[in-house]
Amino acid sequence: MFEEVKRKAKEADKRKAELGPDLDLKEFSLKAKPSAKISKLSELSKEDKKSASNVGIEIKERKRSGSFFQMDHSVIYENVKQDGLEIMSTAEALKKYPWLKNYWWKAIPVDSDKYTAQAELEQTHGYFIRALPGVKVKLPVQACLFISQNGLAQNVHNIVIAEEGSELQLITGCTIGLHVSKGLHIGINEFFVKKNATITFSMIHSWDKGVDVRPRTAIIVEENGTFINNYICFKPVKSLQMYPVTYCVGKNSKTSYHTLLYGVGKSYLDVGSKAELIAEGSRAEIISRAVAMDESQIFARGHLIGKNKDTKGHLECQGLLLSEKAKIHAIPELEGKVSGCELSHEAAVGKIKEEELWYLMSRGLTEEEATSMIIKGFLNPETIDLPPLLKYQVKKIMEKVVKGF
Amino acid sequence: MLKIENISVSVGGKEIIRNLSLNVKRKERHVIFGPNASGKTTLAMTLMGIPSYKITSGKIFFEGKEITKLSIVDRARLGIFLAFQNPPQIRGVTVNSLMQILSNGGKEILQKVYLNEDIWSRELGVGFSGGEKKRLEIAQAFAMKPKLLILDEIDSGVDIESLRLISKEINKFLKKNKVSVIAITHYGYLLDYLNFDKAHVMMKGQIACSGEVKKIWKTISKEGYKRCEKCLKK
Repeated sequence: MFEEVKRKAKEADKRKAELGPDLDLKEFSLKAKPSAKISKLSELSKEDKKSASNVGIEIKERKRSGSFFQMDHSVIYENVKQDGLEIMSTAEALKKYPWLKNYWWKAIPVDSDKYTAQAELEQTHGYFIRALPGVKVKLPVQACLFISQNGLAQNVHNIVIAEEGSELQLITGCTIGLHVSKGLHIGINEFFVKKNATITFSMIHSWDKGVDVRPRTAIIVEENGTFINNYICFKPVKSLQMYPVTYCVGKNSKTSYHTLLYGVGKSYLDVGSKAELIAEGSRAEIISRAVAMDESQIFARGHLIGKNKDTKGHLECQGLLLSEKAKIHAIPELEGKVSGCELSHEAAVGKIKEEELWYLMSRGLTEEEATSMIIKGFLNPETIDLPPLLKYQVKKIMEKVVKGF
Repeated sequence: MLKIENISVSVGGKEIIRNLSLNVKRKERHVIFGPNASGKTTLAMTLMGIPSYKITSGKIFFEGKEITKLSIVDRARLGIFLAFQNPPQIRGVTVNSLMQILSNGGKEILQKVYLNEDIWSRELGVGFSGGEKKRLEIAQAFAMKPKLLILDEIDSGVDIESLRLISKEINKFLKKNKVSVIAITHYGYLLDYLNFDKAHVMMKGQIACSGEVKKIWKTISKEGYKRCEKCLKK
């Protein structure tokens, strides 16, 4: 099976992705110096701790049920605080569980593009997280994928499984060290939500202006299962392109996506959310908010596909344009393939309304203060359905990023 | 306190106010009546300095200082407050976050205007009833303690009972603070709850007449604004 996968990957190793700027993979280094294991997260350097905290990682793990930390190509920390929860590197999991090969590239074709191909051919760990049947993992699990070496390509393959009747919350923070000005993050994320199970996945990205990012994410949701995807990116990035897709294959399965994007500098963000409503009674909701500053370019995509009767989906996409040189391109797509599917969308892209600015200014705020207040409101995590623990963190990041300008 | 000297105001290139003058002394309370589209709201927005209301001629003085070209923020900081007729919806900006910026915007102020505490975490204007909108405007006025309070149709969209309660609080506030008031209204209800020193009637962007409050309102309610049109011609 693995040889077949490798062969397919090799065939695709030059295949351009459909979306996003094409990258020359040779520009990035595949070799990384190994990092030593740590016995607690507080052993990280002060700088790294700060970077990790900025993407939702709790160093003290007080409100977490487990942690996974990967530095470059080395898994340096794993901790499980609850029974019925498994956290390990995917390499280790593949050795431990022969059945895992049945999940390997099950949701995403390995030959999608050169990034999936590289993730297979040059895989450097990634996490395997699993909630056993019926186990409700109360506090979130946290995972950090960290690039500390300049010019490195990190190629992780993550697999998350919520077995029947289980509940799992996962916060993944992806970031870089202070001295990284160039890098590539390829992250394969395959999620499996079994019957009556729920996964809430929140991903916070914090990159820099020289880093390229190509996550490839797919989710398979079975009967009565729920998958909630939250994505936050408030920091600059060279280019980021991703288009996660949820396959609602089980009856009455549900998925929702919440995306908050803040484009600064010359960031190129192409972020979409897709849901295929395959089984009867399946539901999807996609909400995205994008703010474009400076010379940033944002593509905000959304795609709902209704393939069965009694399926419903709604897509909401809003963009706030704050610079003459910035661009937001909202591309909402609805595709109904049978009668009996109900799909709708609302999309709006525009400047801040002057009436809103003037109103706040009449309360004594300067134009800058009023603008900042409106942006913060626009990206306010309270208005979308983020897990409560994350709301506070997202607000904190926002306070730092959106100041007067 | 406030001196408006022969101002003309255009909105989108169309002249709405023509050669209007008005004097408001410290602690004086003025009420301005007028039919729809007579320019009442334009006057309120112009006094606040809202940029889409362009003063094409004339001057405005506030406490002896010319403010004709002053920005909204500067006017707000000098002590001019406008309770908007239609405050905008601002998504994601909570009542809480706005009130906290205002100097005395604590939670207790909401009780004064009979607002439910759950409004604290709600988004500005989003899903507000007509009454809630007006009450929040008044709450902000109380928090900012202005020297000149402009009330633009504070009585529209509010039921009589609420109007009575809010007015009671406004009266208390006016008693405690040295505030001048310009209230704009269609109807006379407001007169039952708030006392005014002077009344004006606005017609076609001008002040058609000024005088004693009760007398003017009696004429309007008896003969309608048609009567005022005659005065304007004089």
